[in-house]
Amino acid sequence: MDPRPRSFYVLATIFGLFLLFLYGPTITIAILSFQGPEGGLTFPMRGVSLHWFRDLFQEQAVGDIWGSFGRSLALGLMVMVTTVVVSVMGGLAFRKRFRGSAILFQLVIASLVIPSILVSLGVGLIFSQAGLPVHWATSGFGSQLTWTLPFGLLIMFAVFNRFNPAYEEAARDQGATAWQTIRHVVLPIIAPSLLGVALFGFTLSYDEFARTLLTSGSHNTLPLEIYGMTTNVTTPVIFALGTLTTVFSLVVIGVFLLTVALVSRRRARAGSDAGRAV
Amino acid sequence: MPPESITVAGSFGTPPLAERAPRQRALASNHVTGWLLALPLTLVLLAFLVLPILMIVVVSFWTATEFSIVPAFSFENYEFLLGSDVTWRVLLNTVKYAAVTWAITLVLGFTVAYFLAFHVRSQTWQTTLFLLCTIPFWTSNIIRMISWIPFLGREGIANSALLSWGVVDQPLDWLLFSDFSVILAFVHLYTLFMVVPIFNTMMRIDRSLLEAANDAGASGFQTLWNVVLPLTRPGIMIGTIFVVTLVMGDFITVRFMSGSQSANVGRLIQNDIGLLQYPSASATSVMLLVVTLMVIGVLLRLVNIRKEL
Repeated sequence: MDPRPRSFYVLATIFGLFLLFLYGPTITIAILSFQGPEGGLTFPMRGVSLHWFRDLFQEQAVGDIWGSFGRSLALGLMVMVTTVVVSVMGGLAFRKRFRGSAILFQLVIASLVIPSILVSLGVGLIFSQAGLPVHWATSGFGSQLTWTLPFGLLIMFAVFNRFNPAYEEAARDQGATAWQTIRHVVLPIIAPSLLGVALFGFTLSYDEFARTLLTSGSHNTLPLEIYGMTTNVTTPVIFALGTLTTVFSLVVIGVFLLTVALVSRRRARAGSDAGRAV
Repeated sequence: MPPESITVAGSFGTPPLAERAPRQRALASNHVTGWLLALPLTLVLLAFLVLPILMIVVVSFWTATEFSIVPAFSFENYEFLLGSDVTWRVLLNTVKYAAVTWAITLVLGFTVAYFLAFHVRSQTWQTTLFLLCTIPFWTSNIIRMISWIPFLGREGIANSALLSWGVVDQPLDWLLFSDFSVILAFVHLYTLFMVVPIFNTMMRIDRSLLEAANDAGASGFQTLWNVVLPLTRPGIMIGTIFVVTLVMGDFITVRFMSGSQSANVGRLIQNDIGLLQYPSASATSVMLLVVTLMVIGVLLRLVNIRKEL
């Protein structure tokens, strides 16, 4: 192999600094969340303790953290399942041109670029004018879908752009119905990408703030609760909460990566099981 | 990666006459299946995107009393909005944030993507480093903003470091709660929206083109400028669309990182909402929507998103 050019070392340094820039602050608050009981929002550390994490588990100290976590979790799972199902259906639909597909595609892109506060405001207005109460599981849920569905659909486009239609033709030649072809051939082949769509659906929902701001009603989701804390909490308890929820996100991402790795290793060893179920 | 498979348009050539009748029936059923499959997507977008936007447009012509909003057809919200020089200053500020953030994320994102795509040789390392760049995307933006406080505050890490190195005599006040911290947070949050599409486009560049440039005597920089950069344009455009729309529609980063000392259009809307002045908030929203769509309209002319996925 050729020796590395000098530009490699320059770029590698920039890349390293970029990673430091990306992760440095998060790592810093992770360290600071272990402040002693007397410690403040910046260094120096005044002792090391679990004091601020303990505070999180005492409800009166910081509001309804665990309730909001539960709601965010439930909402995230709802959005995840819906995003996967609707995106796969949409992705299949867009493989053939149908009347209005161009307009629908424009709408998907619009959903991606329209400022999130507009969705929040508009949905909130509709519900209030219709006399319906806003609730995280109805108006909040729908508003979040306008953010997760475009991502899910774009991933499905990328997947089907690379999908070899010969597999389906083979299935059809052997007499499979349209549904059998999808169920036993297409879905098993695209399964790993569906995990990706699920990851987008869950994490984007779990962290979404603007779209739920005016649509979640009196019961806050976790990001709204954290946002509320930024205005009136001046102790490291907010770092402790930030650290915990970041760790939770990392665990979710880790589980996802592990599953993908396992699936692809099994496939490499045993071949795809597409079609075996028939 | 297999080459792109059959394009949608490819299956619509004119068939020989004898085949046309069944073919047309198949096309009709294509339309029906297509619509059924796309129905859930369409319904969600109609109910939670199109209707809300229409509602905002309608309400922007309503009037408000102290406690409620009243249906009307009045231009007073727009008259007030467009007649106030605050609006124009804030709009200018919004565009300024978007432009500065765009320029920085573009240079940074391009550099990072270029390193990943052309300098990292092992595929395992490439995947690992790429993942490291994208993981923050799946964590909370608010937390990532909060995490700048210990760095930038008066007694933060940056100031203590500068003081102890003797660079400054007294702590810098403009590190936190300033335009500087707002831009810093934007760059921190959104650079990966540049990195991912640019990296994606770069990975599709045929490596033999670079060799050809090299053989023809181009220097490294000439190859970068005349070969890589033009071929990366679609990725740059997609990244630009993301960064510009995210920054223009933002309100939370500006509120939090400027300590409520700066404003952008999103903050105007949020202020009105806080005062229950929904018609006025709606008029401001319509203005933001128009400006955003104009920018995106121009950008979308320069790139075909579906082809780039």
